[in-house]
This record gives sequence, structure tokens and C-alpha cells, in this order.
Amino acid sequence: MIDIRGVTKTFGTAQVLNGVDLTVGSQEVVCLIGPSGSGKSTLLRCVNFLETYDSGEIRIEGKLIGYRDGEAGVRRPMAVRQLREMRREIGMVFQHFNLWPHMSALDNVAEPLRRVRRLDGAQAASRARETLTRVGLADKASAYPSNLSGGQQQRVAIARALAMQPRLMLFDEPTSALDPELVGEVLEVMRSLAAEGMTMLIVTHEMGFAAHVADRIAFIDGGRIIDQGAPRHVLHESAEPRVRQFLQTYHDRNSF
Amino acid sequence: MSFDVLWRYAPSLISGFGVTILCWSAGSALGLVLGAAIALGRRAPLSPLQWLLRAYVELIRGTPFLMQLFLLYAAGPSIGLRLSATAAGVIGLGMYSSAYFAEIFRAGFAAVPKGQIDAAVSIGMTPLDILWRVTLPGALVAVVPPIVNTLIVLSKETVVLSIITVPELMYQMQTMAAETFTAFDAIFAMAVFYWLLVEVVSRLGRRLERSVTAFIRHSAGPA
Repeated sequence: MIDIRGVTKTFGTAQVLNGVDLTVGSQEVVCLIGPSGSGKSTLLRCVNFLETYDSGEIRIEGKLIGYRDGEAGVRRPMAVRQLREMRREIGMVFQHFNLWPHMSALDNVAEPLRRVRRLDGAQAASRARETLTRVGLADKASAYPSNLSGGQQQRVAIARALAMQPRLMLFDEPTSALDPELVGEVLEVMRSLAAEGMTMLIVTHEMGFAAHVADRIAFIDGGRIIDQGAPRHVLHESAEPRVRQFLQTYHDRNSF
Repeated sequence: MSFDVLWRYAPSLISGFGVTILCWSAGSALGLVLGAAIALGRRAPLSPLQWLLRAYVELIRGTPFLMQLFLLYAAGPSIGLRLSATAAGVIGLGMYSSAYFAEIFRAGFAAVPKGQIDAAVSIGMTPLDILWRVTLPGALVAVVPPIVNTLIVLSKETVVLSIITVPELMYQMQTMAAETFTAFDAIFAMAVFYWLLVEVVSRLGRRLERSVTAFIRHSAGPA
């Protein structure tokens, strides 16, 4: 489903991605973990080309994203229209929710359906309502984002992406901005999506969630994937010192 | 105060007030449209255009309005530009205000958090839809108060048009004062007219502000 090969990216003089190879199969849930500044979020944002990458390839269902395929020499950006069409099949959920504050929860979900999927007003509203029900927010349809808790806002954001019926979903630290008490409700929604067979690539610091829900965990540091495999392997058996050190710090911080 | 003089000159004062409102509203409308276009143009990734627009804004803001008017009305004919006084006044006011409106819009666009745009881009919305449904509504909240403020300033800036003989309120007032030697009455009448105009504009402005920020008030308390 997602095929990342040899992807590099520099911001100025900083090499953020340093030859990343990663695949995510259909219906697979992959969690990206690693220290901050390691390139996790940048990699995720490259998958729907919110960030450009310098070299290497990212393919979604075989189709190269961001650049024209099959041309020799200097790469040229792909037609914006085609890029938009590819993005419509990739849902994305952000750390800070990024809801549109001037629209109700319902309109945040219905607006893309009207504008992008070209549903009429009633169809869009009914699909939006169904999707809000799926994330447990049927009763908050008319509320505005600033009227909702962080957990509720993030669930609206998930509904907004989900209602587009994407083929895969990207999550960029979806619970990092939430009060600890509100993390559970968001993870619960993500868990049910995984159970329904959604293909998901998740940047997260929630090791417990990764351990239980991910099919595979990839550890990224210094812009490259250092270790990956089944949660059990990465979290308990990794031979990589950097991975063990990271997890040790995590355990120390979270034990009491 | 001599009410019979005021009464005699009422028709000309009222017609002057009409011209003031016309010049102000037409000039502001032109300025708003130009200003929005400039602010949008400055977001485009074409550097010569950006440079040009920036130079325009700096030039207009850096020189007196009266000088710009003279340039348009008095020096215009020497390059083949012949405008009536009122047309020169409206165009002059439009160009003058466009520089200020452009800066207000620019700040407004910048006030929309990038994440909201990212979300729209990731969904595959078109740039026009993003502008219309995300950027503009977000920017509106930030721009309405300074725009109303600028409109009020402009309504009084129209007095400058009297110097190039636009028959607006100031011009009519000066005529009345000169013909009747009733400076106090004439100025008093003028003050009342301007105060009336500004009062209406600021009331409308407050109402507009309330309607574009309705979504913030919705969240005044917990759900």
C-alpha cells in the first residue's frame, strides 16, 4: 500500500531523512516511534507530500507521489490535479487537530464531502452525521471546535478524514497534545479503525498502544529506520542500543 | 446660529453630503478590491510581482494623499489622462486606501494557522476552495476591526477632495461660509453630518464584527 524507498530530505544543512525504507501493507497498522527530531513526522508528511522529499521514492498503491513517474533525469513535480486526487485517498490526522474553527463539528466533516467528493448538502450532512456517530460524537454535531475538549476535537478530526473514505490513514502524534485523561478515547477510536481493517501509519509516543495495536513497529533515529518488526521484537528484543536506550528512558519516566 | 441661513443652504449641504458618501463608498470599494488583489498577489510565488506590489504599497503609503490627488487630477492630462474631479477623487481614494487595505489583508491571511491549511490540503481541496472556505473566513475575523477603522478614517479623508473641486460636503461648506460669512454655522453643520456618517459606519462595523466572530461566542461556555 505504502512503499517508501531510499527517501532523503534536507532542511537547509540538516539532513532530516537519510535514506528511509519502509513498507506498509494493505490493512496493516505500522507505528513509527523514535526520539523527537528523528524525522518521524517529516517522513509521515512526505507520504501525502505535505513535505517534499529530495530523493528516493514514495509509492501509494504503486503510484509515485509528488513527482512525475518514469521520466529520466531531473525529477519534475507531478500535476497538482493528480496530486490532489492522490491526497483524497489518504486521510491525515494531526497533533493539533487542525479543525476549522468557524465551522461546527458537522460542517468540519461535511465540508470536504461537499467540496471534494461533490455530495449534495443533505448527503454530505447525513454521511458526516454517521461518521460522527462512529467516533461517538453524534450529540456534538452542532458544537464548534472551541466548545469541545481536545479528545473530542481529535475525534472530529478523525471523522473528517474518515468520512472521505480514504484507502489509508496517517496519524501524526494524534494524542501528544491531549490531557492524559483524554488520550484513551482517541486511542479507542483508532483501535476500532484498526480492527475494521484500515491501513494506518501512526507516529506516536504511546508505547502501550503500539504494543497492542500495531502489526509492526519501526524505530527511527537520525533520519533512518534503525530497527523494525513485530511489537514484541522492537519493544523487548531489539539488539540496537539506541532502541534499548530510548525505551529504557521511556520506562524510567513512566514508572512510579 | 442662524437657522434661516442653514435652511437656505440645506439643499447644497445635503447634496455635498451625498457626494461625500458616493466618493467614500466608491473609493473604499475600489480600495478593498484592489487591496485584496494586492494581498493575494503578494502570496503568489512570483518574485517580480511581489516586488512590484510591495513597491506600490510603500509608494502610496509613503506620500501624502493630496499629492497623489494632484498627480492624478492636475498632472494626469499631460500624459493624456483626463478625469473629472469626482472620478479623480474616487480613483485617488481607491488607490490610496488600497495600500492600507492590502496590509490589513496580508496580516489577516498570516493570522490563519498553517495547520488549518495543511488539513485542507491533505484532504485534497483545491486552492480556490481553501481560500474561500478556510483562509478567508479565518482572516475575516482578524481584518474586520481594522477595516472598519480604516473606513472611518477614509470617510473623513474625503474632505481633501474639496481641494480638487469635488463638490462634496467640505466644498459646499466652504462655499456657504464664503458667501454668508457664517463660519461657525457652516462648520457646525459639517461636523454633524460627518459624525452621523461615522456613527452609522461604526455601528454597522460592530454588527459585522459580531456576525463574523459568531463562532467564537458560541464557545463562551462549556458545552
